[in-house]
Amino acid sequence: MAILSKDEAQAILKKVLGFSTADECAAQLTGSTTGNIRYARNAVSTAGSSSNVSLGVEARFGKRSGVATCNQFDDATLRRCVQRAEEIARLAPEDPEYVPMLGPQQFLTPITYAASTAAISPDFRAQVAADSIALCEGRKLTAAGYLEDGPSFTAIRNSKGLEGYQQLTNLDFSVTVRTADGTGSGYAVGDFTDVTKFDTKAMTKRAADKAAGSVGAKAIEPGKYTVILEPAALVSDEGILNRLIYALDARSADEGRSFLSKKGGGNKLGEKMFDSRVTIYSDPLNTSAPGRVFDGDGLPVKPMTWIDKGVMKNMYYSRFWAEKNKKPATAFPSGFVMEGGTQSVEDLIKGTAKGILITRLWYIRDVDPQTLLVTGLTRDGTFYIENGKIKHPIKNMRFNESPVIMLNNIEAIGKPQRLGGNMVPPLKVRDFTFTSLSDAV
Amino acid sequence: MKRRDFVGLTGLATGALFVPSIPGFGEGLAVDPLRLLDAADDPALKKRLADAALNAAKAAGATYTDVRIGRYLNQGVFTREKQVQNIVSSESYGAGVRVIANGTWGFAATNIVTEAGMAKAAQLAVQIAKANSVVQKEKVQLAPQQGFGEVSWKAPIQQNAFMVPIKDKVDLLLNANAKALENGASFVNSVLFQVNEQKYFASTDGSYIDQDIHRIWPTFGVTAIDRASGKFRSRQALSAPMGLGYEYLTPKAADKIAGPAGSDVVGYRNSYDMLEDIVRATKQVKEKLTAKSVVPGKYDLVLDPHHLGLTIHESVGHPLELDRVLGYEANYAGTSFATLDWKAKGAPYGSRQVNIVADKLQPGSLGAVGYDDEGVKTKEWDLIKEGKLVDYQKIRDQAHIVGQKESDGCCYSQSWQDVQFQRMPNVSLRPSATKMSVDDLVKGVEKGIYIAGNGSFSIDQQRYNSQFGGQVFYAIEKGKIAGMLEDVAYQTNTLEFWNSCAGSCDASDYRFAGFFNDGKGQPSQSSAVSHGSATTRFNGVNVINTARKI
Repeated sequence: MAILSKDEAQAILKKVLGFSTADECAAQLTGSTTGNIRYARNAVSTAGSSSNVSLGVEARFGKRSGVATCNQFDDATLRRCVQRAEEIARLAPEDPEYVPMLGPQQFLTPITYAASTAAISPDFRAQVAADSIALCEGRKLTAAGYLEDGPSFTAIRNSKGLEGYQQLTNLDFSVTVRTADGTGSGYAVGDFTDVTKFDTKAMTKRAADKAAGSVGAKAIEPGKYTVILEPAALVSDEGILNRLIYALDARSADEGRSFLSKKGGGNKLGEKMFDSRVTIYSDPLNTSAPGRVFDGDGLPVKPMTWIDKGVMKNMYYSRFWAEKNKKPATAFPSGFVMEGGTQSVEDLIKGTAKGILITRLWYIRDVDPQTLLVTGLTRDGTFYIENGKIKHPIKNMRFNESPVIMLNNIEAIGKPQRLGGNMVPPLKVRDFTFTSLSDAV
Repeated sequence: MKRRDFVGLTGLATGALFVPSIPGFGEGLAVDPLRLLDAADDPALKKRLADAALNAAKAAGATYTDVRIGRYLNQGVFTREKQVQNIVSSESYGAGVRVIANGTWGFAATNIVTEAGMAKAAQLAVQIAKANSVVQKEKVQLAPQQGFGEVSWKAPIQQNAFMVPIKDKVDLLLNANAKALENGASFVNSVLFQVNEQKYFASTDGSYIDQDIHRIWPTFGVTAIDRASGKFRSRQALSAPMGLGYEYLTPKAADKIAGPAGSDVVGYRNSYDMLEDIVRATKQVKEKLTAKSVVPGKYDLVLDPHHLGLTIHESVGHPLELDRVLGYEANYAGTSFATLDWKAKGAPYGSRQVNIVADKLQPGSLGAVGYDDEGVKTKEWDLIKEGKLVDYQKIRDQAHIVGQKESDGCCYSQSWQDVQFQRMPNVSLRPSATKMSVDDLVKGVEKGIYIAGNGSFSIDQQRYNSQFGGQVFYAIEKGKIAGMLEDVAYQTNTLEFWNSCAGSCDASDYRFAGFFNDGKGQPSQSSAVSHGSATTRFNGVNVINTARKI
């Protein structure tokens, strides 16, 4: 039941709209089936699965709007859900930021579904954990990991003729490997639309190698260093680069409270803000990291360039803000692509006289929204590079750095890899600012 | 009350078609706000449903079973400037069954809360436990727990926030916004979160526990912008999320606690004056635009409880969670420097002034409950005594690991559909036993900074190195407050920091900071926790300047 086909979903949505007497009505069905397994200390700790479908209905009378949701789909429940949304709408105040619902839209044909991933069984998950644990046990290392996967779908329809459907599959895997004495730690992370591209052993081996290689870390003096940031340092759960991508909102910039605000008013659209080699775009049809073809508002997500050769090319305009400022509204994409070259992390290391390789950054938090300054720490494999080679592991350090400054200090850009639904290249950056040492491993 | 009077103003801004998933704020279905007033189910009915699960699990081969039937109610009111952005009411109802079979945990949840639905979930939980037992290396060892029979516990609230008409809440927030705008704020947003957990717990130990838990969190952010320079600053509310009802929003003079003379800071204890705080915040945020940028270096820090609560949370609360210490959180939340070996060495965690206590009892705190989510009666226990680490936070299946015979009663699940596990209780710094005012504390500081309110925070995965900002900063020179500072953050090592503790104010200055959204586990779960302290001094802490040019 959790994954409805396009026809099944649209049949329910059609029925829902048919029950409505409102001026405008929109409905959305979302469903997912997810399974997970978690292990730590070389043993499985928890495993579970869940399945859910829910319907959201928005009814509008003039500029008044009401929302109701339900998760059962018999006619009586659907009718009650619509009535509740309408009743709430009648009691609502007029919304000063009202924008009419969208009419029919042309969406790209999504490529986000792989039957192989939808078919993953609990046995498969148990095998992933067993393989990962066995590899680590064999090397006297300790593994802690988490796998979550499953198919999901979204279907939308409104009384103005908008209609959309998308199915997705996703698999997320991460593993932290530590030495038995706790003096070394390594990490690997990845996400996949198609499970056949997922290799548990290769990822666990990478984490295990980093763990074994990070034993005996030496302290170096904090300060400004040339660094090579692996993709996991740039975007995995708390990356420094996604901070920038999420901060491209035109409204905050126009309101004067963003790094994109201009002195005296307005925003920095069209200004060159980053190194000329920096180009960041989104494309839902990127075959390595496909994304959603419509956003929560029902706007089509199309290929769009955000930063073009260092110039701020597009910012995110909500439908309300776009209308107010006579700009086209921007759909918010589910992932981005940063253009890069052909060099691997190993190639970047070879070309570095002195520097630091960073596997992962952790606990990144905003310090000053004025400059997008963030702080955080290195983790799970930090190494000193000398004359094109990894010389020795170093102790972790805290950094205070702005992604804006980081993208102005580019030395080299490597080959993009998929991470978190994005395509992210490893970056070599000069003058990355470390401010203190950490004893954490 | 007429329906219209109660739910009037219920509405959602355009574009908010689907209930936002607010971390830590539940993920129930959007409902009519009147639904939040429906009475909780009769305990006799819940006992029957729970027994259906207990019996089914036993018949399927479980040696231990607990059942949680939960109704989780949430409401959020969101405003900016002169308008309501969103009002969301949600409800989530279902049951989770946890069993031990073949010495292994199994868990299953269902939203079909009937005797048949409960029995089915119980059977599934046993099936999962048996399947997982194949890869299990050590059998679960559960600390013994007496059954309490049929008992109940209710949070000692005076006014259920869900009974207050939405219009009153909107009026309060829009009045607050108006005060900010009148006083020169460029932008303001304000929010009121309310939570009610109606939880029923039953176990094969013979407990049937009915609990009613309430939480409230009013908050705001005021922004001031200097268009000419392009500079902007913000100041967040000095309210704390609390385990209280709507009475928290009726200010009482006795709950207002002034900061040091010259600082223009007022903290709040068990009631909050939102209108007063937003006026003060607006004045302060304008002053922040022109405040002196701090000169980096070593300073003695005087930290107010709203600020210090976050530092306690990160550098004491988290490292002393036994599951982190043992490595169960290695792939997500991290591990801890405070290992069993480290504790055995007996090195000081802090100076002799540092006495840190854990509890699930303090009235008005977010952690307060009668019994935890595995049927253990809650208590208070010492974590750090006169600077020395004496204990961890642990639950029933962890007690044996540290040679103890009972759980600390700090097991929690964010909802009926998630499995319960060890979560942080309230962790608080005891105030000074001898009389000490905040002015007396500041008097002895030659070169220092007074910080009020929690701000930016970051700490490593083993809880050594941390960096904290704040809401407002004042220079202290020769024992006196000497004007506002900006761009302040301090970086410290947990052990150096707590060993530099030079003393706290007395109990008259004691109050809570709190957090609704403490995250842990995979899939991640959220929990709410309070941290009590009085204003405290730390000597010679490294302060950095966070201003940059881009």
